[in-house]
Amino acid sequence: MTALINLVYLISVSLFIVGLQRLSSPKTASSGNLIAGLGMGLGVLIALFAPMESGDDNYLIIIGALVLGSGIGLVVAVKVLMTKMPEMVSLFNGLGGACALLISIAELLNFHDSGTFGLAPYLTTLLALLIGSIAFTGSLVAYGKLSGNIKDSWKLPMANMINIILLLTLIAASIYQLQALDTMDLVYFIMILSLVYGITFVLNVGGADMPVIISILNALTGVSAALAGIIYDNMIMLMGGILVGSSGAILTILMCQAMNRSLLNVLAGGFGGGVSSAVQVGDQTVKEVNIMDASIILRYSTNVVFVPGYGMAVAQAQKICKELEDMLEELEVNVRYAIHPVAGRMPGHMNVLLAEADVDYSKLLDLEDANKFLNDTDLTIVVGANDVVNPSALDDPGSPIYGMPILEILKGKHVIVLKRGMSSGYSGIENPLFFHEKTSMLFGDAKKSLNSLLDELKTIV
Amino acid sequence: MHLIIEILTDHLTILFALIMAIFLGFELISKVPTVLHTPLMSGSNAISGVVIIGAIILVRSSGSEDYISLFLGILAILLGTINVVGGHAVTNRMLQMFRKK
Repeated sequence: MTALINLVYLISVSLFIVGLQRLSSPKTASSGNLIAGLGMGLGVLIALFAPMESGDDNYLIIIGALVLGSGIGLVVAVKVLMTKMPEMVSLFNGLGGACALLISIAELLNFHDSGTFGLAPYLTTLLALLIGSIAFTGSLVAYGKLSGNIKDSWKLPMANMINIILLLTLIAASIYQLQALDTMDLVYFIMILSLVYGITFVLNVGGADMPVIISILNALTGVSAALAGIIYDNMIMLMGGILVGSSGAILTILMCQAMNRSLLNVLAGGFGGGVSSAVQVGDQTVKEVNIMDASIILRYSTNVVFVPGYGMAVAQAQKICKELEDMLEELEVNVRYAIHPVAGRMPGHMNVLLAEADVDYSKLLDLEDANKFLNDTDLTIVVGANDVVNPSALDDPGSPIYGMPILEILKGKHVIVLKRGMSSGYSGIENPLFFHEKTSMLFGDAKKSLNSLLDELKTIV
Repeated sequence: MHLIIEILTDHLTILFALIMAIFLGFELISKVPTVLHTPLMSGSNAISGVVIIGAIILVRSSGSEDYISLFLGILAILLGTINVVGGHAVTNRMLQMFRKK
């Protein structure tokens, strides 16, 4: 029997590995998700029916919770709008953290009740509690920020100081608890501190840095699951958790590289206020373009590139972008989309939005390909992107984003920026692009502007 | 020091697995294209819900009168299941969108 159980565990771990491998390539991704799901199903079945040494099984409530949870999960997953994906992923992630938190507390209570336990399992459980708690509240705050319920402007004063103090207290309390081991009181204190730390560590991170934070939280939940796996000596939990931890870590690294910033710099709450840019743009004026002129430039371009950013998600402009693309393709204008890795609020955010609007993904260019294509581009239309097209990153050593790889849209002939007004991006950094001789501004809601462009194009065809 | 020795002796196999899994994870995912970042994240997020296995073991090994453990365990199963099922379903929805081209 034990051999059979181990065999099934082995199979389900392999399914996770194969599933994750297939998830990392576009052609096989869909099956990868199903295979990983199958591995999970097998793991749950074994956990349900493997013989236990003690306990009353309590099947009724377990099945009840599984059915209820599946029902809620399915309904939410089917109903959620694609544009709400970043906050949905954060919320799900938080639930995983909460799950690790709850079982760690229960196991620690059991340790103290029985009075006999090893130091190693205790340490592991305490760590799972700590990391699970941080992932839980951190994800909830990320959810709040992404859904707009928590404003980006709600910042803690001296957040870095608070975070460092919290973290040091957490470490000290944990070490003390491992020495003393007398009551649960300190465990609750550690839990509360971790929950608070989760909040304070995400609260001060700027909106555009969310891709990094979501990746980190993802990795943390994975690690807490892996730690819980060590508690139960359960290989599938360990492997599953670690694989998630690594994938979250890789995404974190990729996102940081895409912004040319260190993780610490992101965690410290974004761009420091003291940096002074060499560019003074106060007196410069921008050039405006009207719909008619813009549509004529569009009509007589050979290559057109759209640069989507978070503003496209806010304006819900992805579908109208696709309509404009179809129209232009009919007129034999080549259309491409240039996607910066950190455009939007989560890794790959723009890809999901454009896929929802039926844009063919062969038209989506990543940073490197886009910058090649931009050499031959007649017109670039910036739809709600800002920092990822800021030329200061290339030529202004005084700029806070100097060195960040950007979409070099000024290589092309013309640039039209769709923008509501002249406010600067989330980072508050002035963008010399707007004042460049190649650039014209088209003010107004991105969706409306694109719509007017489309209508105007129809009349001049 | 004592603690480290205890961990090393009691959990050697699982520590080996841990190290291997870290390398494996990095190896598997390091070349993922931008277009898959979100599905990969939400898919791996669903996998991290594997922690429900722990919650199931917890509830099964508890006595039927051990209300605190049962309560914590059941809540954990509920939340974890939402994460697993919702995560896989949402990922599937996204990947279907990519696939219809």
